[in-house]
Parts: sequence; C-alpha cells; structure tokens
Amino acid sequence: MKKILTLPIREEDILGLHAGDVIYLTGTIATGRDDVHRRVVAEGMASPFDLRDGVIFHAGPIVREGPAANELISVGPTSSVRMEAFEAQFIEKTGVRLIIGKGGMGPATAEACRRYKAVHCVAMGGCAVSAASQVERIEACYWRELGMPECMWVLRVREFGPLVVSIDAHGGDLFAATRAEVARRREACEGPIAESVKDYMVVE
Amino acid sequence: MTKTEARDRMADVMERFLTLASRRLPDDVYAWLKRCRDAETSPLQKVVYESYFENLEMAQKLDRPCCQDTGLPHFYIRCGADFPWIGAVEPALRQAVARATVSAPLRPNAVDFFTERNTGDNTGERMPWLHWDIVPDSSDLEICTYFAGAGCSLPGRAQVFKPADGYGAVVRFVFDAVSGLALNACPPLIVGVGLGHNIENAGVLSKMACLRPLGTRHPHPKGEKLERDLLAGLNALGVGAQGLPGDRIAMAVHVESSARHTATIAAAVNVSCYTHRRGFITFHEDMSFDQSSYQGVTL
Repeated sequence: MKKILTLPIREEDILGLHAGDVIYLTGTIATGRDDVHRRVVAEGMASPFDLRDGVIFHAGPIVREGPAANELISVGPTSSVRMEAFEAQFIEKTGVRLIIGKGGMGPATAEACRRYKAVHCVAMGGCAVSAASQVERIEACYWRELGMPECMWVLRVREFGPLVVSIDAHGGDLFAATRAEVARRREACEGPIAESVKDYMVVE
Repeated sequence: MTKTEARDRMADVMERFLTLASRRLPDDVYAWLKRCRDAETSPLQKVVYESYFENLEMAQKLDRPCCQDTGLPHFYIRCGADFPWIGAVEPALRQAVARATVSAPLRPNAVDFFTERNTGDNTGERMPWLHWDIVPDSSDLEICTYFAGAGCSLPGRAQVFKPADGYGAVVRFVFDAVSGLALNACPPLIVGVGLGHNIENAGVLSKMACLRPLGTRHPHPKGEKLERDLLAGLNALGVGAQGLPGDRIAMAVHVESSARHTATIAAAVNVSCYTHRRGFITFHEDMSFDQSSYQGVTL
C-alpha cells in the first residue's frame, strides 16, 4: 500500500513520518539547489514561490524550452549536502516542510527538522526519466538567469517517488546512522589491508 | 576528403554518440550493476535497484538522458600518430557538444569562472575537456567519452605522501574518500585510484582508472591484489546503493599507476556513479568508425 502525502503538508503529516519510511508525493513542488539557497539565505531575497507547508526539491532538471511551453525531459535529485550551510535557515525562513534530495545532510538541518517540524527525503539518484514521468507539468520558472539547473522550477507532481525519509522530525537520521556504522566498521575493513601492504616498500 | 568534411563528419557522428551515451549504460557497466543488484538482500536496496532498472528502461524507451546531470563533457583521446585529421578533432568535439546539448538534450552545466554565467551549451573556457595521448604506429583515433557529473566529482581528492607513510597511507586515503562524500555519489561506485608522484599526475591516472573497462586488472600482481582487497574492504562498510545500508558501495576498484619520484607517493581518488556514462568510439583514417560500448546498437 503506497503512502501518499498530498500538499500542503501539515505538521501532523510530518510527525507521522519516520526515517526509513517510503512515501510518495502529490501536489505542487519547487526545485532549488545551491543558488536558490544562497539567494534566500545569504542574499536575503524572498523565495519567488511560497514554500510554506511546501516542498523544496534539490534538483536541476533538463527542460526542452519552447516558445509555447516547456517540456520536462529529465529530473532527479542532487547531493543535498551541498546545501547544508544554508538549509536550517532556509527552513526557518520559508516554512518549507519537506526537502527532497540525495544522500544525507548535516546536524544543523537535522536540528532544524526537529525544531520546525520538517523532514528530508531522498529520491533515487540517477532515476531522472521515471521521475520526470511523475511530473504532470511545469507550472512556472523563476530566476531563470541562474541557468537551467540552478533556477527555480515549479512542478506539478503526481505520486512522485519512491522517496525514502532520511531525516525525520523526531531525531531519526538514516544517513547519520549509516555514517556511524561505517565509522564503527571502518578499522576492521581498512586495517588489514593497510597491514597487508606494509612490505610493499621492499625492493622486489 | 577535405579537412572541413572530416570535421563535419566527426561532429555529426560524435553528436549522435554523445546522445546515445547519455541515454544508456555501456554493456559492461549494465552487467556489473545487475551483479550488484543480485548481491543485495535488504528490502530497501530492492526498492532502490527496482527504481534504477525501471529508469534505465524508460530512458531507452522514451529516448531521454537517463540521469538529469549529464555532467561536463570529457574526452580522453588516444590519437594515432598517423591519424590524418588531428586538427579537426577539437573543433569537431566542441561542435558536437554544443549541438548535442540541444538535440539530446543535455543539461547546460558549464559556468565560466568570474563571469559566473552559465554558457548554455556546455562549452566554455577549456570545455569540453580534452586529454590527448599519442599512439605511435597507429592511424586510428580512439575517443573515450565521459559525462562528469557533480555528485561523483565532489568526493574527488588527491594528496602527496612521504615514502615513510608507505602504501598504507594510500589505503587509508581511499577509505577516507569513499566513506565520506562518496556516500552521496550514487553508489554502487567505480572507484578509480591513481598512484603517481604529484597531484595532477595521480589525478589524471585516477580518472583513467575510472574509465577502464570493467573486468580489467592492474598489470602488477600486487596492484591487482590491492584492487581486489580494496573492493572487498569497501564493500564490508555496510553501505549499498544510494548510500543507504547495504553490501555494495562499489562495483569495482581500479588502480592505475606511473613511476613515482623516489621521494614521494601521490594518491588520487576519483569516483564514478552507477550511471557511469562512458563510451568508447574509434575513428579510422577514412573517417569510418566503430564503437564497442553498446553491442548491437547502430548510430
């Protein structure tokens, strides 16, 4: 049974989500990555699209732009960690409830998710054609001067996913847990190899 | 054939080849990705791989780039010393990139420094990026194309060690790189390790390691063992596709080396994502061509 969230997203929707859940989204979402975050947070510009109770998608699509209409060709998540420096303030300023991206984020975002009742989800990286097929239309485009990947595309999506909840509003963080597990296992994985090449400096 | 005709012919073929290479994975990468899928057992990993293969199928069916980050165009060229159209290559590749940006379409990713403007057609200062090797006694031009995306460029790193640090420092350096940002680089990865004497020499080798056909091995037994051990060690970290818990963070580890300075050991790590869009195409002196990356596909 697919768990589908419909925009606008309410606080109780967020509280019902836990790290590791697989969900789908229906509604109108906006893309925004490095430059959109920099404008909103560092340059103090208002988001041209109201993100309150909405979704920001760390993504830069391929759009075939035409005089009459823009056609979405491919769209998929980009590495969220690049937005870590801005995300907590971005959440505070815009009231965004759900962030979609790729890979983990840092402790500041996780703290902001707890405080402002938001979540971070990962979409499947590289799966840009299936993701585009879940976009019904491009509703608007803002800040086009930032270039096709960096500007803000407003997308009407239907059952967009699968999305895996990676940071929830209860302190759960899938990637932090994975990183901790990697740190725990690392010496056992790398130590024996480092040891096995000890005599590689000996002349053959 | 005139030089202009040769250039136009190459631009035309390369535009089509880039389009093809943006849509599907080369045969070896596809086969290796399937193996990784079969090695994963968790339900979450099954969800990820189902998405991966469904998307690759749709990309072919709908004729669209399989990943939205079509990267920056890199060309690793092995040029026969007797290839007659050397002067046509650079302008032809530049033209092919600009045209494929519209026709494929590729995402315009190139931003020139200081103007900070997206150039709109993936060309720019020193872009496309060309690396030339000259092959004596050959009249062929072999081109390896690669779309260098951001996610898999971000974890790249290089460092020069002292001989006293030994090969162990290299091992730890590889683990540093792969257990850090590479988690976000769409595993299962191809991990390229370059061993040399300074950073640009190690860096280029790490890229060549990524581009090597899967299943090939370092020629020295110790190098080959290092590749195998690193692959097994990295895959025991508990990370799978998309950096989520699993058993295959890497599909391959390749090591490429050059002689080093007696007083330095340089190491570089480059990773490629699972959508490793790398293609090989060869032009002959009469400008006929063949490609070996996608069996049964005619351009």
